[in-house]
Amino acid sequence: MKRRILPGFRLTLGYSVIYLTLIVLIPFVALTARAFNGTWAHVWGVVTSHRLIVSYQLSFGTALVASLINGVFGFITAWVLTRYRFPGRRVIDSLIDLPFALPTAVAGIALTALYAPNGWVGAPLAKLGIAVAFNRLGILIALVFIGFPFVVRTLQPVLAALTNDVEEAAALLGASRFQTFRRVIFPAALPALITGITLSFGRAVGEYGSVVFISGNIPFKTEITPLLIIAKLEQYDYQGAAGIGLVMLLASFLILAFVNAIQWWNTRRFNSSSL
Amino acid sequence: MKKIAAVLALLASIGLASGAELLNVSYDPTRELYTEYNAAFAKYWKSKTGQDVTVNQSHGGSGKQARSVLDGLEADVVTLALAYDIDALAEKKLLPDDWQKAFPENSSPYTSTIVFLVRKGNPKGIKDWDDLAKPGIAVITPNPKTSGGARWNYLGAWAYAEQKLNKDEAKVKDFIGKIYKNAPVLDSGARGATTTFVQRGLGDVLIAWENEAYLALKEFGPEKFEIVTPSISILAEPPVAVVDVVAKRHKTEDLAKAYLNYLYSEEGQDIAGKNFYRPRDPKVAAKYASQFGKVSLVTIDDVFGGWKKAQATHFADGGTFDQIYAK
Repeated sequence: MKRRILPGFRLTLGYSVIYLTLIVLIPFVALTARAFNGTWAHVWGVVTSHRLIVSYQLSFGTALVASLINGVFGFITAWVLTRYRFPGRRVIDSLIDLPFALPTAVAGIALTALYAPNGWVGAPLAKLGIAVAFNRLGILIALVFIGFPFVVRTLQPVLAALTNDVEEAAALLGASRFQTFRRVIFPAALPALITGITLSFGRAVGEYGSVVFISGNIPFKTEITPLLIIAKLEQYDYQGAAGIGLVMLLASFLILAFVNAIQWWNTRRFNSSSL
Repeated sequence: MKKIAAVLALLASIGLASGAELLNVSYDPTRELYTEYNAAFAKYWKSKTGQDVTVNQSHGGSGKQARSVLDGLEADVVTLALAYDIDALAEKKLLPDDWQKAFPENSSPYTSTIVFLVRKGNPKGIKDWDDLAKPGIAVITPNPKTSGGARWNYLGAWAYAEQKLNKDEAKVKDFIGKIYKNAPVLDSGARGATTTFVQRGLGDVLIAWENEAYLALKEFGPEKFEIVTPSISILAEPPVAVVDVVAKRHKTEDLAKAYLNYLYSEEGQDIAGKNFYRPRDPKVAAKYASQFGKVSLVTIDDVFGGWKKAQATHFADGGTFDQIYAK
């Protein structure tokens, strides 16, 4: 085996593994143990019930749409913040982190107050026949709100690191502005964009605090999966709750693995074609 | 909540090592009641025994609070919204199965019931439960799956329908279904539902605990809302209990017992009445009788055969509540 030049490999790896075990793995094992603590049939019956299936569609579906919306507008925001200098830029930049810092319940209450049929935004929309709060649209808005910083914050350093000379080179080689964006800037930013969207998605799928206020919680219509976990706990059905948790965890894990596979494929393609 | 309580308990144990201490784990709408009662009890206890006592409070959704105690929150006493939540503690052997016999009146020193809060002038003319089932009425009530208070609401409607419809179960179910079809929102907790009705301006009627309704009236003004008391409602008995296992470990059994017993004293009953709970003591109840509407009350034991049975029939998965929404 080749001797490593950088010292401390074993020590740091050891720390990492122990730390990950304590922080991530043990809670995960406890969750699994709790789900399998009872009869299989019970857990299976819970996680495959019609009500749960509808809530999976709602939770994962709205989270997906919300993270894609964040992808588009997060990209534009990150672009503006890194590419241009203008008064108030720092203020806007610090505003981005607000959804991180705000307790989710506060976000939920604020959004509900705003979008309720008597709220500032909700009232005019209600006149047009658009119900936002206590509807799926409200859930979407809450998920967009809490996921937004993930996209901006992962894109910013990447866009900032793109130096002008690459764009100048593209221009000198005869690329139009759009071509420069599409073939030079966008591919370089794409991995970070995908990561941002994935993080935003992951956060949105499990979001509870802000959504329960705005969703209305009507069975088969606006019940998100985390709400049903709470409903199970209220019945002291710890196994059922853990079972649903496990399903969400596995689904998220599969989605993350899928996204990582795309990332890997994309990096390879990008590197082999352009270099 | 749990953390805060734990920190409070810790701080208190450092600062007041000489005095005794209790942790009362309660549910949401009792915050004001127990703040007042704890001060009164501390005074009483000091004059009786010379010992200082600090009672720490923890509030939250009733079910969540019970789960915290199950998971190890060191509550000496619990004062929750429904017997079902304390039954869950008994199942885990934190207290005996017959805990509800430990104190008088089903261990419920004060009671409440379910009433309606409507907008000023009662524009939709809501008088009784059957008005809630009419088309075009928007009813605000929390989700019985996640809220203890919402279960009382549901059972109140059920008790009314059963009397009115001569126990024809299909018709009763249909009636309840109509009420819940009128609910545009099912908040996860009782306070959330109050907010939806009062602050968001949603709905024509809020089904609520009587004490919550009066509290909302006091807070937001009688010029905006009024209370309608239905002809029949359910007697809500929020029970209290000493968590024996914990109290034994803390050596606070006598204190905890005295704490809950004092709720039945004239002073305790008076504080309950002041906070819009219906006192058990006939003398104190008479004093507060004028503040409550007239209603004929049925009990959960008489109509539903106790909480365990009610929970299984109505709120478990596939129960009558789920059937409303199942296609």
